[in-house]
Amino acid sequence: MLSLRGLTTRNLKPFSLEVADGECVSVQGPSGSGKSLLLRAIADLDLNQGQAFLDERERASMPAPEWRRQVVYLATDAGWWASGVVEHFSDWAAIEDSLAPLGLDPACGGWPVSRLSTGERQRLALLRALALSPRVLLLDEPTSALDEAATAAVEALIARHRKTGLSTIWVSHSREQAQRVSNRSYEIRTGGVVAL
Amino acid sequence: MTGYIELTILDLALASLLILINGGLSLWLRLKLERSLALATLRMIVQLTAIGFVLKALFLTVSPWLTGGAALAMILFAGREIAARQERKMLGWWSYGLGVSCMATAAFVVTIFALTTQLQADPWYHPRFALPILGMVLGNTMTSISLGLDRLTSSAGRERAAIEAQLALGATRQEAMRPFTRLALRSALMPTINAMAATGLVSLPGMMTGQILSGVDPVEATKYQILIMFLIAGGTGLGAVTAVMGGMMRLTDERHRLRLDRLEE
Repeated sequence: MLSLRGLTTRNLKPFSLEVADGECVSVQGPSGSGKSLLLRAIADLDLNQGQAFLDERERASMPAPEWRRQVVYLATDAGWWASGVVEHFSDWAAIEDSLAPLGLDPACGGWPVSRLSTGERQRLALLRALALSPRVLLLDEPTSALDEAATAAVEALIARHRKTGLSTIWVSHSREQAQRVSNRSYEIRTGGVVAL
Repeated sequence: MTGYIELTILDLALASLLILINGGLSLWLRLKLERSLALATLRMIVQLTAIGFVLKALFLTVSPWLTGGAALAMILFAGREIAARQERKMLGWWSYGLGVSCMATAAFVVTIFALTTQLQADPWYHPRFALPILGMVLGNTMTSISLGLDRLTSSAGRERAAIEAQLALGATRQEAMRPFTRLALRSALMPTINAMAATGLVSLPGMMTGQILSGVDPVEATKYQILIMFLIAGGTGLGAVTAVMGGMMRLTDERHRLRLDRLEE
């Protein structure tokens, strides 16, 4: 279980939340309201105050990389640091079976990153994050560049991982998607996070 | 070997005609360079004459304090130069302080190493040896540190997504920054490597030329030049590695976050 107690960052008001194993909480709000900032603060990627716990272990008690391997933040346009696709995965063979269901070319491991479309990058970045087997996935508009079929495939993939205990906080600009994927919804209004 | 030929003021006045020709060309072709040309010429004459007298006085006194003071002044000027050459400076004193401290450490270590082992000057801090060696090592270390830091800060700003993608997947700051520290160190060290590869074929180094002009056997002058090249390689390497590693640590924090807010916009 992920617990946030009085988490605050930049101009967001202190925010507390508990997300049970396998639960999905969605966050909505207008552009620029701080949805990404909230997720980045949970992952400890930006300066922030307040406490975060994974089960009983406090974030501050472990090195940040250890926290981030369990609480993975996936940016909308996640970056790529090497030239080849396969270099971004520690075990490419383990994810090869997941490519076709997401509508990805099974040969794309051999491609340079520059050959990928925005949508292909978004799906591969999701597989890259899931490959760590995180406890919590912080999804920042993970289907913003995808068509309906690919969006459905991504939602199904996340749902499968939730059955084995993955908790997610899902930022989405689409109310329909938020209702479809999540158990609870929150909205960011004028600097504060409120339950819907 | 033939002796040293002393230059008279008249010799210099004759050579300065070449500057006047440049000025004339600038006027004729409307390059509008004549003002800065005149100013630069004047600065060169004044600065070099002044340093000539300063060095002469220092050589006469052989004081460790005065030599140290001159060395300090050289380092502070070089530090300002490093800060000025950064496109995205670090905020506060870091831009100046990091460059100066790494450059000073590297240049001092290398210079004192040379003065106490290869050159064995008596006393070891004799300004006739200490200041020229320090100057040469300093100049090159300054260039390598400013190139390395500039490359590091500009690529960290540009590659934010790539760095944070690694951090978000649990990489340490050292791992996430590695491609960019590597790039920064390469660009810091390439000029020295290129200079060593081209020297003797394309250009005769200034120090060696100076020794030959003052009557030193060319083979002996070569030995000095090789020594200087080794010292420069050591100084640039040490200075660049400490400055780039220090810069990498400053651009990140102990919670392994990328801290671009510590750079100027």
